[in-house]
Amino acid sequence: MSLVLPGEHVPAQHVNLKLGPGLLQISAASGEPTIIATRAGEVKHSANRNKWWIEGNSRRYVPAPQESVIGVVVARSGENWRVDIGAAHMASLDGLAFEGATKRNRPNLKVGSLLYARVSLAHKDMEPELECFDAQTRKAEGFGELKGGFLVTCSLKMCRMLLDPKHFLFPLLGSRFPLETAVGINGRVWINCKEPRQTIAVARCIEAVDPDGGGMDELALKKFLGTLDV
Amino acid sequence: MPRPPSPSIPEKEFVYGALKQSLRLDGRSMLEMRTPALSFGPELGWVECSLGKTRVLAQIDAKMVKPPPERPLEGIITIHSELSSMASNEYELGRPSDQEVTITRMLDKVLRRSDAVDKESLCVLAGQRVWHIRLTIHVLSDSGNMLDCACLAGIVALKHFRRPEVEVVGDEITIHHPSERAPMPLSMHHTPYCFTFAFFPDPATPPLLDPSHLEETLSAGLLSVALNAQRELCVVQKAGGVPLSPEDVLRIIDVAVQKAKELDKIVEHALQEDWAGRNVEVR
Repeated sequence: MSLVLPGEHVPAQHVNLKLGPGLLQISAASGEPTIIATRAGEVKHSANRNKWWIEGNSRRYVPAPQESVIGVVVARSGENWRVDIGAAHMASLDGLAFEGATKRNRPNLKVGSLLYARVSLAHKDMEPELECFDAQTRKAEGFGELKGGFLVTCSLKMCRMLLDPKHFLFPLLGSRFPLETAVGINGRVWINCKEPRQTIAVARCIEAVDPDGGGMDELALKKFLGTLDV
Repeated sequence: MPRPPSPSIPEKEFVYGALKQSLRLDGRSMLEMRTPALSFGPELGWVECSLGKTRVLAQIDAKMVKPPPERPLEGIITIHSELSSMASNEYELGRPSDQEVTITRMLDKVLRRSDAVDKESLCVLAGQRVWHIRLTIHVLSDSGNMLDCACLAGIVALKHFRRPEVEVVGDEITIHHPSERAPMPLSMHHTPYCFTFAFFPDPATPPLLDPSHLEETLSAGLLSVALNAQRELCVVQKAGGVPLSPEDVLRIIDVAVQKAKELDKIVEHALQEDWAGRNVEVR
């Protein structure tokens, strides 16, 4: 395990090198281009050393293309919606970027609606853009407005952990009661259960497991869940 | 930096629905406070108070000044508080929001104008030299109910602080370094604590104590009560919001009295514990 700080050199070398989050290639005036870290964390690479990335925890989301996020509609500007996705800038969502949307038939979103969307454009000098359909099939594939339920915010690492199908939290909660979730990579988790009591239990469990909060493991969480009366 | 959006529609509906069933998001009951955690710094009068994820740092320093001619027999207490964007991205430096103004005014009322500190005891030589106590409050992180947390941090800092011993011979003033003589605590008349209650637009929802950030933004009115454990009411503040009947207010004050007694025990215990582990006299 090696920890790096922003600006440090990373010894990533491969003929077919692919850089993941937190790494940047800078070309020096003379000689070889070098790889530096742009955020603090642990350097990781794939088994054949061609993919490198940095894993750390943070709370501020930086948009990257093709990531699924949860946003809140803030305003309407002409044909577009302005959506808050927790990043430094508002994202814009085309009014036609929904499955089956036409000029006549567009989804009816209100200010304050929750959306599950995909980042389609994230350029450092431009506003991020969102889409609510799959890029290949142009079908909704789960994207779109989230109705009812509740929104929980957590650290970005917690979101990535929850997206891992092998993570213990959701299977454990799912064995107790039915629940519906949507995890955005931007530190927001939408949950929907039948009873408000259950939703609160899920919210508190996420908070308890979050490495930025309680940092509980499976055993401690089982004990904690026992005290919640669900 | 645009203002962060108000809570989304699902969040709003869920919180209102859950509160109607007396369920709070952090599992507390309606009139339960988050347990305050107090930690003391290396210096006297340096206190960090946290209520859940809300954290406030209070620090005191004292210096000797010439009193203003209209009040030659009283010491001076000033409170400096600033909400920086460190607390939450809602606040911007240099442009005080309404909330910041309310908090500053409340701190002034609770800590200074309630006469918690005996100002006359801060006089060293009438008309010549008095102590100027300066309380600085930094809000480190805001996740709801900053006011109660800031008031608690401020009052504990005043109780924790000790000023150097002074000796007056004629017109000569000698300030003794803590290594020569043990510093003196400030003489306090009483210790007021502040409690904030949130009310909701739906009359079926009971009032709740110590609102979290989401509850605070969704509430239809906040009522802050400052009182001490001896049932002496210092400040009642309600700036707009839903109308309340006198009975409601009295009921809330009864609750606050109970809470003040509990909080007083916690504070006294924390101060004693810190004092036992601290070596002030260097002898």
